[in-house]
Amino acid sequence: MGNLGPLKFLALALSLLGVAAAACAPAGAPRPGVPAGAPTLTGAGATFPYPLYAKWFDVYAQKTGVRINYQSIGSGGGIRQLLEGTVDFGASDAPMTDDQLARASGKILHIPTVLGAVVVVYNLPELGAALKLSPETLAAIYLGQVSRWNDPRIAAENPGLRLPDIPIAVVHRSDSSGTTHVFTDYLSAVSPVWKERVGRGTSVSWPVGLGAKGNEGVTGQVKQTPGAVGYVELAYALQNRLPYALLRNRAGNYVGPTLENITAAAAGAAPTLPEDLRVSIVDAPGPNSYPISAFTYILVYQEQRDPLKGRALAEFLWWALDEGQAYAPELHYAPLPEEVRAKARTLVKTISYQGKPLLEK
Amino acid sequence: MTLPATLRRPRRLSSRTEDLIFKGTVAFLGLGVLGLAVGIGLSLAGEAGPALGRFGPGFFARSVWDPVREDFGVLPHIYGTLVTSLLALLLGGPVALGTAVFLAEFAPGWVRNPVSYLVELLAAVPSVVYGLWGLFVLAPLLRTTVQPALGNWLGFLPLFQGPYYGVGIFTGGLILAIMVIPTMAAVSRDVIRAVPDDQREAMLALGATRWETVRYAVLPAARSGIVGAVLLGLGRALGETMAVTMVIGNRPEIPASLFGPGYTMAAVIANEFAEATSDLHLSALFAVGFGLFVLTLPVNIAARVLVWRVAWGPVGGE
Repeated sequence: MGNLGPLKFLALALSLLGVAAAACAPAGAPRPGVPAGAPTLTGAGATFPYPLYAKWFDVYAQKTGVRINYQSIGSGGGIRQLLEGTVDFGASDAPMTDDQLARASGKILHIPTVLGAVVVVYNLPELGAALKLSPETLAAIYLGQVSRWNDPRIAAENPGLRLPDIPIAVVHRSDSSGTTHVFTDYLSAVSPVWKERVGRGTSVSWPVGLGAKGNEGVTGQVKQTPGAVGYVELAYALQNRLPYALLRNRAGNYVGPTLENITAAAAGAAPTLPEDLRVSIVDAPGPNSYPISAFTYILVYQEQRDPLKGRALAEFLWWALDEGQAYAPELHYAPLPEEVRAKARTLVKTISYQGKPLLEK
Repeated sequence: MTLPATLRRPRRLSSRTEDLIFKGTVAFLGLGVLGLAVGIGLSLAGEAGPALGRFGPGFFARSVWDPVREDFGVLPHIYGTLVTSLLALLLGGPVALGTAVFLAEFAPGWVRNPVSYLVELLAAVPSVVYGLWGLFVLAPLLRTTVQPALGNWLGFLPLFQGPYYGVGIFTGGLILAIMVIPTMAAVSRDVIRAVPDDQREAMLALGATRWETVRYAVLPAARSGIVGAVLLGLGRALGETMAVTMVIGNRPEIPASLFGPGYTMAAVIANEFAEATSDLHLSALFAVGFGLFVLTLPVNIAARVLVWRVAWGPVGGE
């Protein structure tokens, strides 16, 4: 195998499998109004948006005949495969780092597709009403500085709630994940101490707490441990009916993770977004902005190697930013606000083949 | 006498050539497995190179795991792996041996067959199922009943102090014990059954009780095989990933108490491999894998040799 690392080998094997599967499958049973020989695209990456992407790919294939194979192997794997050129597009919850972009063979565009949120869940059965937390208190809990529920700092924000005298059992993700990246990104943004001592990343060195595997692991651990606090993706909190904390946003309001508040966070951040959209929108300004919101991205090379596939990819992204947004709310994803979609469309229009844009819009 | 045509030896090759081809084929297959093991070891070592080069032997002696600052030391994971595996053997070994002796020596046929079958079935349950059961059933049970009780009686020992989380080193060891019992019991039972009846009859003829027969004639003859079964269990415990990951707490620290959360080598690989984006982080995970490989290989080799000695070697040695 020479210098072929195991990852490369795996990627190669997977892509061969993909080719074989594509070759075996009936080449898109011709539907009325669908051009024959529509290309098949492959992508890999984030698990977080997978339920929505699966829905999109299904609807889009029925509409246009363009079939999209997507492996939800995690953001890191998606970036790696995109850099190695084994997929047509990658997907990631966190923007790529400058270091990673420097290793790419061409310019990579970050197209935000939808918004997700991380919610703080807890197990305090006799609380009476929703817990309210300020960024400082949340950081202090995860730093281990606030270790009991009846700590004066929590009590000050929650007058009238029966806060029990029990230890706070902090739960975090043990597996590397985009969810952890967004959560630690938020803590780094609001707490200088956190930024200094821990920092942000898909896995970090946690000052306190238990690690549980996956959203389902955190959910299970929080559900079973009285006094536990944890963080999960919004959909998991809703499906498991876990109570979630209202967080104080930059405007000083305590807000919950409703889809409107998450979209509002992106709208609040919109005026200051850079052109490449490669940015974190945690702790966004705006009266209703939910503070732990984040884009999830599809990553594509600006300069495509195959005009047919490149055009199909650009058209799909255009559709996802337009009609595709309507499928988001029922699956607990927040649609992008119009300001952000306009900026994303500008990026999609620059996808080109041999320097010529592929979209005629 | 003439053989029917179908039984006659086909005359294409001389028996000598046929033997040579056969020998060559099996030798190739056998050495292929060996080559595979060596290849895995070498490629792990190669990928681990950058991390081992950066941190040196300190990689296996330091207690820090910080992917953000790219500072890695794997001592807590080694500790967690060894302690949970040891707990598994201490808790599971006696149960497995008792099961094996009962099934091989005492159980009537109508009990032996279904129970043997069930034990083997347990060995085939996927580990993620054990993990989910551990997280949703075992851990809450331990937190609410077993750990407080142990804390009450044995709380004067540092090993049984601290808050009861439900998950932790102790729970990891217990789930591993449950997982290795079937393997150890099934292999031990076969080894005990392999002890020739002459031994038992001779002992009984001397007026020994059933207990004395088992204690002085059967178990010594099966000893190395039982040790092999235990080592097989240890091998499984060292490498077990999913179930332990779900109940150990995943905290890269060496807790003073068995109730505290810890980490294992296999668990950190499973947790962080998919999203490891920096080269050094990935290399550190390969280095953990290499360490685990080095740890488990001799254990498994020793197990095979011991099992082989009792099953095919001179009987009743020692």
